[in-house]
Amino acid sequence: MTLDVSAIKKDFPLLERDFNGKPLVYLDSAATSQKPRAVIDAMSDYYENYNANTHRGVFGIAEQATNAMEGAREKVRSFINAPSINEIIFTRNATESINLVAHSWGRANLRAGDVVVLTELEHHSNIVPWQQIREERGIELRYIPVTDSGHLDLDDLAATVDGAKLVSISAMSNVLGTVTPVRHIADIAHAAGALVCVDACQFVPHLPCDVIALGADFVAFSAHKMCGPTGVGVLWGHEALLDAMPAFLGGGGMIRDVTLQGFKPAELPWKFEAGTPAIAEIIGLGAAVDYLSAIGMPAVRQHEVELAAYTLRTLKGRFGDGIKIYGPSEASERGAVFSFGFGDLHPHDISQVLDEHGVCVRAGHHCAKPLMRKLGIGATARASLYLYNDESDVDALADALAAAADFFGL
Amino acid sequence: MPGLEDLYREIVLDHYRSPRNRGELPVPPSHRAEGFNPLCGDEIVVYVQVDGDTITDVKIGGQGCSISQSSASMMSAAIKGKTIQEARALTRAFKSMMSIHETALEGDDAEMAAANLAVKLGDLEALRGVARVPVRIKCATLSWNTLAQGLDEAEAEA
Repeated sequence: MTLDVSAIKKDFPLLERDFNGKPLVYLDSAATSQKPRAVIDAMSDYYENYNANTHRGVFGIAEQATNAMEGAREKVRSFINAPSINEIIFTRNATESINLVAHSWGRANLRAGDVVVLTELEHHSNIVPWQQIREERGIELRYIPVTDSGHLDLDDLAATVDGAKLVSISAMSNVLGTVTPVRHIADIAHAAGALVCVDACQFVPHLPCDVIALGADFVAFSAHKMCGPTGVGVLWGHEALLDAMPAFLGGGGMIRDVTLQGFKPAELPWKFEAGTPAIAEIIGLGAAVDYLSAIGMPAVRQHEVELAAYTLRTLKGRFGDGIKIYGPSEASERGAVFSFGFGDLHPHDISQVLDEHGVCVRAGHHCAKPLMRKLGIGATARASLYLYNDESDVDALADALAAAADFFGL
Repeated sequence: MPGLEDLYREIVLDHYRSPRNRGELPVPPSHRAEGFNPLCGDEIVVYVQVDGDTITDVKIGGQGCSISQSSASMMSAAIKGKTIQEARALTRAFKSMMSIHETALEGDDAEMAAANLAVKLGDLEALRGVARVPVRIKCATLSWNTLAQGLDEAEAEA
């Protein structure tokens, strides 16, 4: 394998623990990733040694906290190849990032009848905010369809995007694992005069990300899916766009001046960061970026392509038609996220048995109900792998599934 | 696997594999209520036909996990022919078995506790293990909560 996973596992305290006498086989990284010791320590270090509010103090530890936070901002900028730190906005998570675009950019730029294009495989976080704007403003929503093989159906793309103001798409499906052709769609969107917003929640943790090469105008992602803590996410956007947008949340930190008559918003990036930020979490995100950068995102991607191929081979090999794996059958076209049906077992029951065997998978609709409906299913089980998983984890999954088949008499 | 055997007793699996009272009833005169477990994709449709005070027919629709479906199936068998009052008492007793008390006081209320214990749960006893797997309690109670909606409607019209 490309990565030395047994060495990597040692970096993650939770993976070194014993659960019922054996280590956990954690296959739910698409929901949240495990955290390396370095990230946990970075946050504790802040709290233990230089805890202070940022941008508000002149004393030593306040400066140190400010530098650590802004240092993390620069790390994120570099990680996604953004041109300027003014373009890196810290939010609570990707959901909030998309809401920021919808409510700040959206309210300033969308009128009744304007078109926003989404896809059928979007996560609710990239559907509901736009539906909220539709309720408010009467915009039109169009959806790029998804095919049976889990790819986006681009046959009518030009027509779908014609006259649109914004195209908002996921760069990798959290259900199907499909890596979508963002650049291709962005080129067509731009030619039609539309901006492009990208939900990169599953993409940034698993593939090298260059926001300019992606062709995006906005990119949203969360720290907790990329070895960072919960509570912080990122919105990247072109500086000119962010500059023109009205402030989102109002309060301290995002103002240049406040009188009884009104306020002047601060310059970027702080215009969009109201209130005390999640300082420890931002520092933790910086440590996560360091951790991933040291391993190298190309290596992470390569590892996952290999692991995805192994997973498809192993599960198909052992269960044949007894397992239905959704999404592209070609490992290079997908991430290592696998939603599957197993006989006629309900995902709940599958995950119950797997839990007995120390294997963690997710059951449900994965916040993608429109996609579930399109696939004609109520729920799936989902196994998602990351840099700390290897072939033995996949084997453990297969063994536990076999045990489930046995238990329920499939 | 003691844990799993406890949760998935034979009766539970039997009701899952051969659910009783599947189908629909004409609405009106029967009442139709829908329930969802948004976390996981369990869906239940409960049809109740009420004559006077008595539940004369029940049908169950929807899809979901073995716990939600078997609970719905067992529920349908248990309430058919019972009065609305008896069905509600059964609901309270079942939820009590799931360690759910409708009001904070119920847990301490000796009279209520005694009343719950007095109700014969029959096959439903097989779902006792669910109480030890809290994340599945919503699966087991979904059909009962949906039934309550249907009974509320029936009583409102009476």
